[in-house]
Formats: sequence, C-alpha cells, structure tokens
Amino acid sequence: MKIFVTDRDGKEHEIAGIDGWQIMELIRDEGLPIKAECGGSCACATCHVYVDEAWVNKLEEKGEEEIDMLDLAFDVEANSRLSCQLTMKPEYDGLKVTLAPE
Amino acid sequence: MSDNHHSTDALIIGAGPVGLFAVFELGLLDIKAHLIDILDYPGGQCAELYPEKPIYDIPAIPICTGQELTDKLMAQIEPFGPTFHLGQMAESLVRTDEGKWRVTTDTGTVIEATVIIIAAGGGSFVPKKPPLQGLEEYEGSSVFYSVRKMEQFRGKNVLIAGGGDSALDWTVNLHPLVDKMALVHRRDDFRAAPDTVNKMRALVEGGDMALHIAQLKELKGANGQLEAVTVKGPDGEYDIECDTLLAFYGLTMKLGPVADFGINLDKNLIPVDTEKFETDVPGIFAIGDINWYPGKLKLILSGFHEAALMSQQAFRYVYPEKRLRFQYTTSSSDLQEKLGVS
Repeated sequence: MKIFVTDRDGKEHEIAGIDGWQIMELIRDEGLPIKAECGGSCACATCHVYVDEAWVNKLEEKGEEEIDMLDLAFDVEANSRLSCQLTMKPEYDGLKVTLAPE
Repeated sequence: MSDNHHSTDALIIGAGPVGLFAVFELGLLDIKAHLIDILDYPGGQCAELYPEKPIYDIPAIPICTGQELTDKLMAQIEPFGPTFHLGQMAESLVRTDEGKWRVTTDTGTVIEATVIIIAAGGGSFVPKKPPLQGLEEYEGSSVFYSVRKMEQFRGKNVLIAGGGDSALDWTVNLHPLVDKMALVHRRDDFRAAPDTVNKMRALVEGGDMALHIAQLKELKGANGQLEAVTVKGPDGEYDIECDTLLAFYGLTMKLGPVADFGINLDKNLIPVDTEKFETDVPGIFAIGDINWYPGKLKLILSGFHEAALMSQQAFRYVYPEKRLRFQYTTSSSDLQEKLGVS
C-alpha cells in the first residue's frame, strides 16, 4: 500500500501505507512538515490536507468533531480533511492528498 | 521584593503537566519554585488543547481528562506553595553578576533564580493567524487576536472571524459599543455555547448585525488601516467594509524567545543529557516535550521522570553545601512534614 502526498512546494512524495495508521502519522514519520500539534486527537486542526478530488467520496465521512475542528483551519474547501481522522486501510491504497498552507 | 520583581530557587518556564510536577519533585528537596506561562491558567496543552479528552497512559490513573490531570497536579503541588506568573511569556534570560539567572517577561515581571527549568512543551501558545497577505502591516492597528480593552473598539466598524466561544462572546459583548458589527464564519453552524449563538442570531434577525458565511481571503486598506476584507462565500468573493478585524481561530504553539536564550537547539528542541536533563548551559534544564535525547518519547510520564532526575541536580546548585539525602514519601517523616500529612 502507498499514499501520495504533495508538499507545500508542489513536490509529490510516495509514502508506504501501513494498515491502521493515521494518514497524519504516515506523513509525519516521512518527515514532511505537518504540525499535528495535538498528536492526532482531533483537537488542533494543524494536520489539514486537501484530498484529491477522485478520492473525496471514497473516504469515510467526516465526524462531527472533525467538522467542528476544521473551523480552526484556514482555506477550508469541500475536500478538506484532518489527516489524523483518516486511518490507512487497503481501500485507501493510492490515496492522494496535498498539505494545506500553514 | 516588589510586586513585579521576585527571587526564588527555581524558575520553571511552562506550567503544563511536566512543569507542575517539577514543583513537586523540587519541593521535596526544599527547592522553592516560580512558574511562568503564557496561558491564563495552568495545564498547558492538557488545559488548552484537550481539557475534556481522555488520557489513558498516566501510571495508576486508568483514565482522566486533561483538565482532571491538571487539577490533580495542582492539588499535589499545593503544599509547596508555588508562585504562578500567568498570561506572560518569558522574553529574555540573562546571567546576573551574582551568578543567578534573571528572566524578564513580556509584561515586565522580573524573576531571579538559581536554576532555570524549561518545560515549555511545543512552545508558547499564540493566536493562529490567518494566512493573508500583508497581515503584519495591520496587526495592532486594525487586526487583533484578543480583546484587552473593550473601549478600544467603541465606534468601530468591526468584523469578527471565527465560530467558537471567543468569536461569539465578543460579537455579543462588543456589539453595544461598536458602530457596525459583522461576523464571518465558514459555515452556518457554531461550536460556541448555544445561548451565545442564539443571542447572535437574534441580533442578526433584528438587523443589528450581519452574519457572513464565508472565509477570509484578502485584506484591503493602506498604511495599517483596514478598509475592507475580501471573503469567499458559496457564491464567490465579495468585500465586507470594516476598519477592524478580530480573528479567533484558536491557538498554536511557537517556540518564541526561548530560541534566543543562548541555549543549544536542534530542530526547535533542546538537547539534554539523560542523567540530569541539563542543557549545554549549566544550571539550565529542559524537561518534557521540549527536550531531546536518544530514545526520547513525548509522553507525560517521561516528563515526570525527567522532572525527578532534574531536581537532584538542581539541588546541587541551590544547596551546594548540603548533602542530598534520598528519601521516600512513604517512610520519611521529613518529607511527610513538607507534604503537610505528618
């Protein structure tokens, strides 16, 4: 499994996907600049990513907590997600996301 | 000592869980502590980010929330009477002629201490700033992230951004003072207390203020004087005329002035040894999330351990003539007396 993450300079990184890991954790452990201040507990909105349009409807839906927390992010779009709220699984193999501006 | 000039044994920068527990470990060794924190309340991330979220990995406490952990730590250190300097940021650190450390905060408090313990976690909590071009030009004159004096906004044409308690509280509270009030939020749903949301909605229905469902895009104005904010709503971009913008998007952590304290830093973390948790500057320690050493884990329990070992070395600086006696709280009447339980 793998995911593709575009950083803020527009460079795409291929990252190995690990079943059960938060997408945020995969991005963070790759060393990409994602703040994820609260450590993945949906409490800070600093792991904001944009999901590639082709994937938006294939993902588990946003929970109420994630929708609330997105209020603390900027430039929120319909494809905005908090990457700590997406958990890697085989169905997400090939997922593409872009880091939101800081 | 005057109101804003203090002298103590140990000064702890950061009143999060690890900084609070350091008061306990230092206190058992008769080391008096003062604490500085930028937040108006103790607890750090536990109080600010996840006061209601459960924590499961504190030894012997199967579950507690961030706020409960803070409250319990405050109770645990109460016998040692720590002095808190809250709502302040440690701005400078210098060595005095007497060989002590002098920290000055951004509100002018001066604290001299024998040892400094940096327990600043991920840094100081500061307001999240919207990524708008030229924002700095307007900060302090037209753009604000908090309300210190309500009077400052009398007669202003104010736009408030955000959907939480701060945004809604200030919308309702400033409304009687301002000339015009508008609120902008990305969706027609608010996290704030329902009562305040209802008050805001009543003002909107009465035609007393405007509500925009949109996001901030651009600031318009000149020489630090805001004239309008361009926002983007479901139907595209438009301008909202205003001379003041109050943005409430929560807090984020920035290392801040600690970076200029003259201590060795590595990727915004402070390298320490694992025996004393001392930095490359003798007498300055770093514990909790802000330090780094091989094998470091950013866990509260690791920070507690670090606080205990740090205190042993702090004792040698504070009481160089005394011999350190290792004792258990269970059996030592001396320690029990300090805890007020004997």
